Amino acid sequence: MAKFNKKKSGDLPAISTASLPDIVFMLLFFFMVATTMRETTLKIENKLPYADQVEKLDKKDLIMYIYIGKPQEAFQGQYGKESRIQLNDKFADLVDIKSFIAAERASKREELVPFLTVALKVDENANMGLVSDVKRELRKENALKINYTTKKGDISENR
Amino acid sequence: MAKRSAPEVNAGSMADIAFLLLIFFLVTTTIETDTGLNRRLPPIDDEKVEPPIIRQRNIFTVLINGRNQLMVEDELMELKDLRKAAVEFLDNGGGTGEDACSYCKGKKDPNSSDNPDKAIISLKNERETKYGMYISVQNELVAAYNQLRDRRAMELYGKTLKEMEANYNDVNWVGNKETLKERIERIKIEYPQKLSEVQ
Repeated sequence: MAKFNKKKSGDLPAISTASLPDIVFMLLFFFMVATTMRETTLKIENKLPYADQVEKLDKKDLIMYIYIGKPQEAFQGQYGKESRIQLNDKFADLVDIKSFIAAERASKREELVPFLTVALKVDENANMGLVSDVKRELRKENALKINYTTKKGDISENR
Repeated sequence: MAKRSAPEVNAGSMADIAFLLLIFFLVTTTIETDTGLNRRLPPIDDEKVEPPIIRQRNIFTVLINGRNQLMVEDELMELKDLRKAAVEFLDNGGGTGEDACSYCKGKKDPNSSDNPDKAIISLKNERETKYGMYISVQNELVAAYNQLRDRRAMELYGKTLKEMEANYNDVNWVGNKETLKERIERIKIEYPQKLSEVQ
């Protein structure tokens, strides 16, 4: 009675992986939406300090970023180990801040210029001397709205 | 001839493609921090303006030295005590007559500040001060202001300032935003943030 041969073997049926792409796509979309591309490549160490009385910065297009910190190891041969300023993608000196601010202002619509904020992203191990110099330059350029960018956390984590 | 159905496209490798994209995004993106302490720098004035005379007792000097030690009003202080000291100074209300402060709950010490409007915190640092320490101190001082403002807001309106500001920014909040704005302004005028960062 070949007709009634048992076709089934004892094995478990394979789990369908047809919905795996859906799951992965879901994750993919989450990451695409939740993250933003970093606009500048950091050439310095930038470990931000912690603070808990923080305010949120909105209007991301109206922020000018100034990075300060020790050059990363790959650049230490060229630029030394002292804290440096980074504007956009390259190392800069104090005198470059003036042209940087002017360029940023020129790239924005005129009515938005008064709302421009300078975000100081300073490494927690940087010295205040350089930060003070930067602040003095900003005052000269009349860029008075500043923000010390920090991570949200307890200040006891600052060492 | 029998009708032939179109062969099905094999979707088995779809997962691999999606994984590839996922890993690419995971690696290339960082979640940017966009929180921080907002400050306003004083403008550089060209004309010689007579600086206003500020009485010594209305100034609260905080100095951070190159070894990250804290000196408050000429005395060494630990960071954890700073917030309390700042609150005591701001809320002292030692003024009389015109300078009297009706809402202060401080000790009314005649050697400390007259009222929150007159009280100025002066933060000084040396060139060798670490930025992390500087931010810690700024954070404590801002916390002192926030604490007083919240206390006053609770007294007057039964809500903290943070809640009021959240309501103000909330589109779905039902209520009069004009009055809410006035209330927020009032609190900010009663405890103005007068924090000077001396170079």
